[in-house]
Amino acid sequence: MKIVILGGGPAGLYSGLLIKKANPSHDITIIERNAAGVTYGWGVVFSDRTLASFQRADYKSYEQITNQFVIWDAIDVHYRGETMRCGGHVISGIARKTLLNILQGRCREMGITLCFGQEINDLAQLDDYDLLIAADGINSVARKSYDKHFKPTIEYGKARYIWLGANKVLDAFTFIFCENEHGLFQVHAYPFNGTASTFLVECDEASWLNAGLDKADEVESLAYCQSLLAEHLGGAKLLSNNSKWISFPTLKTKNWQHHNMVLLGDAAHTAHFSIGSGTKLAMEDAIALAGALEQHADLESALNAYELERKPVVEVFQCAASESQAYFETLKRYLGLEPMQFTFQLLTRSGRITYDDLRFRDVRFGEAVDRWHAQKACVVAHTVKQGRVQHGQSTTRVLHPIFAPAPMFSSLMLRSLLIPNRLVLAPDAAMNQAQHGLPGDGHLEQFNSLARRAPGLILAGPVAITDSGRISPGCSGLYNQQHFAWWTHLVEQLHSYQDTNQQTKVAIELNHAGRRGSTRWRVEGLDRPLAEGNWPLIAASPIAYTPFSQVPREMEHADLERVRDDFARAARLARDVGFDLLQLNMAHGYLLASFLSPLTNQRSDVYGGDLEQRMRYPLEVFDAVRAAWPADKPVAAALNATDCVKGGFTIDDAVIVAKALKEHGCDIIAVQAGQTTHDGEPAYGRGFLTAYSDRIRNEADIPTMVGGYLTTSDAVNTVIAAGRADLCIIDSPDL
Amino acid sequence: MRIGVGLPSGIPGASSHIILDWANRADEGPFSSVGVVDRLVYDSFEPLTTLAAVAAVTRRVKLATTIVIGPLHNNALLAKVAATVDALSQGRLVLGLAVGARQEDYEAAGIEYSSRGRRLTEQLVALRSQWEDGAIGPKMARTRGPDLLIGGLSDQGYARMARYADGYVHGGGPPRAFARGADKARAAWIDAGRPARPQIWAQAYFALGDGAEIEAGHRYMRDYYSFAGPLAQRIASWLLTTPQEIAQFIRGYEEAGCDELLLFPTLPAMAQLERLAEALVGLGRSAP
Repeated sequence: MKIVILGGGPAGLYSGLLIKKANPSHDITIIERNAAGVTYGWGVVFSDRTLASFQRADYKSYEQITNQFVIWDAIDVHYRGETMRCGGHVISGIARKTLLNILQGRCREMGITLCFGQEINDLAQLDDYDLLIAADGINSVARKSYDKHFKPTIEYGKARYIWLGANKVLDAFTFIFCENEHGLFQVHAYPFNGTASTFLVECDEASWLNAGLDKADEVESLAYCQSLLAEHLGGAKLLSNNSKWISFPTLKTKNWQHHNMVLLGDAAHTAHFSIGSGTKLAMEDAIALAGALEQHADLESALNAYELERKPVVEVFQCAASESQAYFETLKRYLGLEPMQFTFQLLTRSGRITYDDLRFRDVRFGEAVDRWHAQKACVVAHTVKQGRVQHGQSTTRVLHPIFAPAPMFSSLMLRSLLIPNRLVLAPDAAMNQAQHGLPGDGHLEQFNSLARRAPGLILAGPVAITDSGRISPGCSGLYNQQHFAWWTHLVEQLHSYQDTNQQTKVAIELNHAGRRGSTRWRVEGLDRPLAEGNWPLIAASPIAYTPFSQVPREMEHADLERVRDDFARAARLARDVGFDLLQLNMAHGYLLASFLSPLTNQRSDVYGGDLEQRMRYPLEVFDAVRAAWPADKPVAAALNATDCVKGGFTIDDAVIVAKALKEHGCDIIAVQAGQTTHDGEPAYGRGFLTAYSDRIRNEADIPTMVGGYLTTSDAVNTVIAAGRADLCIIDSPDL
Repeated sequence: MRIGVGLPSGIPGASSHIILDWANRADEGPFSSVGVVDRLVYDSFEPLTTLAAVAAVTRRVKLATTIVIGPLHNNALLAKVAATVDALSQGRLVLGLAVGARQEDYEAAGIEYSSRGRRLTEQLVALRSQWEDGAIGPKMARTRGPDLLIGGLSDQGYARMARYADGYVHGGGPPRAFARGADKARAAWIDAGRPARPQIWAQAYFALGDGAEIEAGHRYMRDYYSFAGPLAQRIASWLLTTPQEIAQFIRGYEEAGCDELLLFPTLPAMAQLERLAEALVGLGRSAP
């Protein structure tokens, strides 16, 4: 076959080399735009797994590459004057130039024609070929010529960054976070050749503009970064190589092949630099393409096989890269975290590395995380961020244990309530068959079996505040003396369970179903109106929940007062029952939530309109409940992070409401999503609410409780240790 | 985890005799159910009418559709047909529904392809209401009618399942892919506040025998999934071709929390069923 490869980067050279090696009869030409020896960029990094695949693909270049490698296993995080270290990561770096020289040498040895300094702007410039491999980077001419077929999309990151080098030896992958009068800058730095390191400097657009870097030329940019990092460089000089400030372009391509043309590496896909996988993915593409060409007799099957093998792998990396990119773009919200939690959050940002992974890689780091939680978390929880910590908890004899239990076993203090661990269990409310709000004996046994699993907190709910506020006829209530007696008996029983000498705590969630009321037992489906005996519904606005649902009546002034008083009365009953924590439901489209969302609140009075107005009634109810509830006991609010519907309540709205709730005396937010309307649904999966909880907790500076199908101790420890939530609702299949 | 077997009704050239003999033999065990698939523009048997005939030659096994392309059907008529199959089988029907993936089926039926998601959502509510209502008859063994399963992989699909159905049918693939789908289904179910856990069903294809038989199995899968373009090759590579592969596959699905796995044949030959039964008995799964 006559093969033309566009682009003499790692992808182009490596694919040429491997294809020729498998079948020396191929006639291969590599065309590179730049002159030989001209290269941009500094070092590139590979993980040990990538190296193993290089070893299998071409031992000779593998050996030459590894001879030139700088290998290290640590990640250092410089933050707020402290350096946190975590080992066991095994990363290798090599100068990009060295890598290219090795691959060029191998290509020449194999008899591949290398043409440098030849710019191809039009595919018509090329002679005939049987296969065209487009390894010509993000601006690929080949891809652009067949845009309609390849269907590329490019999305630019919000941050600005510049690739610099430095004559500085580093012994770890180094993250530096520095704040100055212009804003926040972060550096991703790693060694690559024994005497020099890559220094990639990144900042958000505001900091970039404040620093005047939009107008700075190469020399001025270099000087700015030099002075910014003076303390960390310790006399070493930053270097520039035609370096410019850019926004990271993430390229996704729907099709990677067209007739006898195939895309490779950056021509097909890019992934944010913070997970260091661009060159790795490009070279793995080359291995897969060469393998497919060797295995399949016809070109079409070979290119199909290549695309099928690589696309899913690349998509997984792009997903992790976008998580990581989002982390760096929104880093400011984590600046309140202490160095240990900040570092843990950073290391687990992409979702690929967990608490157990870090403990396995570096047990000392893992134990330091545990110790930190045992000492701090209990105190810090009252306000999330340091600086406003109430030290009332600390006594004269502060312990510094040598080993501490995992983060999920640290206690949590909310007002005067000590929750012995971070695990929350909630009974299956749908199995409840209460009669006019009075739960049955089966429900009692359900609670007891949960208590035996030693959670820190048991959450009962949703519990209706009135008969007409029930979701379905089997729903529990707290609005008469019989209910009061039943719950009092339950709470007494549950309080007799203990975890490490601490009583298990019991919470009640008070709810009014609003427009989602009067529905069947959920065995029969969700939000299906009763076959008979429906009761009238009320809501913020007269909008039916599903096309089959009853249209609720818009709440009038008297309704607003009555429901508020009903909530307050239920709160007083809950207080007298002896519940430890009260949660007010304003999520999932129930009554209070129907005020918050613009999709369900179309009122023209003071309770409708902009967010400030829409949250007025839920806050009035919150105030009434807070006033009825003991001042030394905490109150939670269940709040939607988003409606998951266009035009609905968003995470930005949720942060505003969470801040307002905090001001009104709310101690913790239980994070939910979706169900505001019957058609808006989150992207379900393990931990699907965690990212929302992270944002609310760290932007509104309030503790959070999160569920969203957390089933393992690893998932819980990771969430707690990273400060993404303070309590986790467990959905283990073993329950 | 229970294990069922697919009928050869989706394989071109399968005779009516082999379909009924197969069902009759499967009823002896070690299978818990028999399954059928749905294609309109293909040389295959219609799933629900096939199950009506199967109901007459079986006593024990559940009769499962994995799946019926719901939006191709009129809701009231589908409710009636499913109720009839359920009544004929004394309550053994498990009705799996999905939107399907072949546009040509929609074109042939004269149904707008882009309306499929909305139609399925409406259908789920309509079926249940019509069964419970009882006006369309016949009287079924269970007042709610047959269990409803939903197939599909979109976020909307999982939400739809959790809202209205009794469980989820996974479309196939390695155990890890199944585990991801099952996790999404369970997450959606719990989030919706539905009781306990959703039923989770899955399906896979097998061909047991010599090289020629295995190749025939691969050929059938490439043909059946040819609409998927280059992906057909990959789907065909999931074909289970030895008792060892079947054993490991079963273990992987069991560990990922599958409730019932249907193994579909790729050749219309009774020997395939005998070999599968033998392999399962070898794994300690005996006749009921």
